[in-house]
Amino acid sequence: MLNYTIRRLFLAIPTLLFISLVIFFLVKLSPSDPTANLPLTIPPEVREKIRESLGVNQPLFVQFGLWLKQLMISEPLYWSNQIFGTNFDIGQRIISYQTRSPVMDIVIQRMPQTLTVVGTSYLVGILIALPIGIISAYRQYSFFDQAGTFVSMIGFSVPPFFSGVLVIVIFSVQLGWLPSIYDTTHVVTDWDSFVVQFKQMIMPVMVLALQTTAQISRFLRASMLDNLNQDYVRTARAKGLSEKVVVLVHVLRNSLIPVITVIALGVPAIFGGAIITEQVFKVNGLGQLLIISIQAGDVPTVQTLTFMFAVLIVLFNLVADVLYGLLDPRIRYD
Amino acid sequence: MTDTSTPQAQAIDDLTRPARTQWLDIWDQFKVHKGAMVGMGFFLFIVVFVLLGPVLWHIDPTYIDIRARNSGPSLAHPFGTDQLGRDMFARMMAGGQVSMAVGITAMLLALVFGTFIGVVAGYFKSLDGPLMRLTDLFLALPLLPLLLVIIMLFREGLNSVFGPEGGIFILMVSAIGITSWMHTARIVRGDVLALKEREFVLAARSIGTPPRRMITRHVLPNVLSPIMVSATLGIANAIITESALSFLGLGFPPDFPTWGRLLFDSVDYLQQYPERVIWPGLAISLTVLSVNYIGDGLRDALDPRLRAR
Repeated sequence: MLNYTIRRLFLAIPTLLFISLVIFFLVKLSPSDPTANLPLTIPPEVREKIRESLGVNQPLFVQFGLWLKQLMISEPLYWSNQIFGTNFDIGQRIISYQTRSPVMDIVIQRMPQTLTVVGTSYLVGILIALPIGIISAYRQYSFFDQAGTFVSMIGFSVPPFFSGVLVIVIFSVQLGWLPSIYDTTHVVTDWDSFVVQFKQMIMPVMVLALQTTAQISRFLRASMLDNLNQDYVRTARAKGLSEKVVVLVHVLRNSLIPVITVIALGVPAIFGGAIITEQVFKVNGLGQLLIISIQAGDVPTVQTLTFMFAVLIVLFNLVADVLYGLLDPRIRYD
Repeated sequence: MTDTSTPQAQAIDDLTRPARTQWLDIWDQFKVHKGAMVGMGFFLFIVVFVLLGPVLWHIDPTYIDIRARNSGPSLAHPFGTDQLGRDMFARMMAGGQVSMAVGITAMLLALVFGTFIGVVAGYFKSLDGPLMRLTDLFLALPLLPLLLVIIMLFREGLNSVFGPEGGIFILMVSAIGITSWMHTARIVRGDVLALKEREFVLAARSIGTPPRRMITRHVLPNVLSPIMVSATLGIANAIITESALSFLGLGFPPDFPTWGRLLFDSVDYLQQYPERVIWPGLAISLTVLSVNYIGDGLRDALDPRLRAR
């Protein structure tokens, strides 16, 4: 297993390099000019100087190499200086065209918002999905199962940019119960501020959780149905175990194996899906940062963010595969 | 069996031959699935609405009647009008045409591409490794950000060649198509690999069937069912992606309505006219819901283990 993990990690390096190269050239080919948003009164010579200082005039491969060097060497050294107090010569960090500040600092500013909203929604979604999936499978074709199917179909079909806007219309515009905009500057200090935080989180979290629930409850139901007809279940019943133990211990544990890998695979996808939800509820998280950077032609930020997303996807693919091998002894990779 | 020319022989043949075809069986099973039938009915209704609606409803979706702006539902404008006085009912039809066209074309593109990769990877062992690594690579791409970048990038260029509407249509369809073929390819490859070990394939090979004939005659018809199921999922996915891109303001130009674009434009007037958001959103959601139910019914109908019951 360890061998397999190490081999996969090495294989991930060329994949990630290729992905970042593709993204780099895609963004670089775009006609957007990083100096386009500057005032028109800046004389052309100065503008040219600015372009030079951003390194935009160098050949593309040099620019890509520079970005790679900054990501792989400068950034880790900087964080080592910050955390362990070492004194490395770090050179230049990755600088955003828009704000002229290091991209990683912006990312770290934005990360907590995304993690609170998206992370909570994923947890909530999984917690709702588990009982739905179990009961739907155990009482197949019952009313509860039909209703569960319908709810997950809705989760699959209603895109977040509609469900989000719809709950805003209902709960903010019509009823006025919840705020429509997520206030990221809000700090939780006491019970009242916690209530405010809770209220503003309900809508984005539930909108995202609906999608998670839809996917995972379907998957768990299918997996439970596969297992309920197996011989070992009959054996367990025959030796007189209670129904609760049979379903919740024997069947559920075996059914969760594929579901856990799906949960692992969904972690990076949630970051991508959150782009839209963040836009709807005006959460200034990573997704919103990506959108504004794309619109401004901010190559270093777009490049770094998409690279981070790609790393997450590759990493969680690996986690899913390794978990599958660890949980199911029938699966051997070596 | 060999001679069916005389009427008598024909009659005997009719008695001995099973009268039901496989497709009739599938249709019978499909009819049992209530959700799928409702979904199919609704999908046909939407198709008729967007295709035949403009023939019966004569208001031009781009006609600006500034005096009737922001009006609520009435007989003249069943869905009301927008901030420039354009009729929402006509815009919904026009938008539906574009959204459906994008969805179906992008699905076809992804399907053709995915099936091709899947069949080739499954059938030719030497190509399996490279093609599946390519698929993994595409699966590892962060798709929505990438789509956004692609649209930002090529919009200008294609617009100048094909005009603003044609350019963005081609761009949208090809961008969605090349980023959504991977699942079809994987499923088809798996099925082809299993199929290759079956006796009838061995028999066909032993009489010297060339690979091209083998694929078109024996392999493709047998992987049709997963392809059909992923076709329905593909339409749903493409419609949602198109609307999502339009919603992020990176889709079709403002005077060219699609459902996603209509939703995006209406969000600015959310406080005053919340009902305007509902129509396009409902259209997208219900269409995708109906397509998903069709896919669900199709999957059950095409599964011979379920059909036998």
